[in-house]
Amino acid sequence: MFLLIATLLKFIFFGLVFAIGLAAVLTWMERRQSAYSQDRLGPTRAHFFKIGGKPFTLFGLLHIAADGASMFFKEPVTPKNADKFLFKIAPLIGWTTALVTLALIPFGPSLPSSVFPASWIPEGVETIYLQMAHVDSGILIVLAIGSLGVYGAAIGGWASNNRFALLGGLRATAQSVSYEVALGLTLVGILMAYGSTELGSIVESQNGLLFGFLPAWGLFIQPLGAVLFFIAATAETKRTPFDMPEGESEIIGYFLEYSSMQFGLFMLGEFLEIVVLGALFTTLFLGGWQFPHLIGTDSVSVFGLFTWNGPVAVAVSGTLVFCVKTFFVCSLQLQLRWTLPRFRYDQVMRLGWKTLLPLALINIFVTAGLIWWDPTLSILSYVSIGIILLFVLVVIAGPRRPPQVAHGH
Amino acid sequence: MAIRVRERVEFSAYERSYLPEIARGLTVTVGHLVSNLAALIPLDPFRQRRTLEDRTVRYPEERRVYPPRYRGQHRLLPREDGSPRCVACYMCATACPAYCIHIIAAESTDPKIEKYPAAFEIDLLRCVFCGFCVEACPEDAIRMDTGVHTPPFDARDDAVLGRVDLMSLLGRPGTEPAYGAQNYREKKPRGS
Repeated sequence: MFLLIATLLKFIFFGLVFAIGLAAVLTWMERRQSAYSQDRLGPTRAHFFKIGGKPFTLFGLLHIAADGASMFFKEPVTPKNADKFLFKIAPLIGWTTALVTLALIPFGPSLPSSVFPASWIPEGVETIYLQMAHVDSGILIVLAIGSLGVYGAAIGGWASNNRFALLGGLRATAQSVSYEVALGLTLVGILMAYGSTELGSIVESQNGLLFGFLPAWGLFIQPLGAVLFFIAATAETKRTPFDMPEGESEIIGYFLEYSSMQFGLFMLGEFLEIVVLGALFTTLFLGGWQFPHLIGTDSVSVFGLFTWNGPVAVAVSGTLVFCVKTFFVCSLQLQLRWTLPRFRYDQVMRLGWKTLLPLALINIFVTAGLIWWDPTLSILSYVSIGIILLFVLVVIAGPRRPPQVAHGH
Repeated sequence: MAIRVRERVEFSAYERSYLPEIARGLTVTVGHLVSNLAALIPLDPFRQRRTLEDRTVRYPEERRVYPPRYRGQHRLLPREDGSPRCVACYMCATACPAYCIHIIAAESTDPKIEKYPAAFEIDLLRCVFCGFCVEACPEDAIRMDTGVHTPPFDARDDAVLGRVDLMSLLGRPGTEPAYGAQNYREKKPRGS
């Protein structure tokens, strides 16, 4: 009974409040953040009342409520020749897979059961994991479930009985299948380095420091893997620059026939996928809830100014750190959309099969060699830090094309 | 006209590797994002950054003052007695590149004036706001100094402004045209 209630509470906090809440906030951030990086103001209009003559807009956050209300009160139209049943359930498939993936992600350090009154705890339970499902094959399930997510788009496109929607669904399928391969292969390096498929223990293995100051996160051991994973994950979320399935300017996308809240579910489901992949990236490459210098094994201290002891302190601050990291990864994904132009369809396929796949394979072999050479991972981390420094150097000092001068006139 | 062949831009291997250029692109957009967010923090007494809120003109509520020479909606100027200055000479209609001015001339009852426009219509949907009519007018009867830009219409007929509409508009203060204004004088009736 206790475990059931605990799982329910975890779901309410992590699934409903954090993940879906962040997905809703992302619909606002998508507009607001893009506005701020393009020197615009973005959404500022929605408000119910005025304070001191100025509309109370809450930084535009009320737009989320306005959009929700707007979608809710519109008529859901089902096309005449659509497959009624599949048409209805298609938006939910993406949601289901996203939420199932969330269940496997550890959002905080595990609590010893001594924190709770002894009478609550069933026999033999020693740790309470801040993770809805503590499954040994965690990452494999994540990949398996994640690849089911595309069924939502594919079925939605097919059930609409519309050529363009079908095209969108097909594109989503092709793209998802192509990048699934790279997505899985980039994780092999992480699996080899940490020797576990359970997400909680992958996070546990990312404690400690490299060179005395750098956190020993997956990013600093598998930089290439992290970048490839991020690219493949962006392609999986079907976002710009990989928004072929949507293709607003050409085929509108697999949700072409969807209206009102059915469309809203697709839309919010896409943002939920961003949150899930952000959380997954945080777990695998950004040390999950770990934050060295700040969160110790049984105490939290902010540069010695403020300390808070006990496992509850670690759990609360670890959860907070995880949420903040996830937020920043999501924010980076939005920023990428407003930085890059779209790919062409053939470019997407070429990038997936001819670039990401070989690079992922090279990454596996090099990582395997380095781990075989030195199982303590220190050589791997030297090489990785070297790669990161080289990349930064190239970005700073790389050749720049002189600005194009307009001809004529 | 000479044919200019523009060279194709060949990307170097460095550029085709894509990632450094993405990183550099991100520094641009994130730079804008961060500087706009940093301007919101009131901890910057020396540099006095202007926030986006300050820099934005919120259009329907706030309006930027148009420059004095802004060519807004046309108006027809009246004489002292209220009749139009226009003498229906058709010079504006001839100068108009969009053929948007339609004039029907009629004989004036005033013996000192030859003609007057019985109808003077400007089709704002055709008008390109070039100002040629204003320059062509020998009587300074038409000006575009109202400072008003074309309002939205919900019917095509509303876009055609007649003589009464055109004369009801007033010029913005301080926007008398620099050309012609000094030379213009109220014409003395002939023979007096």
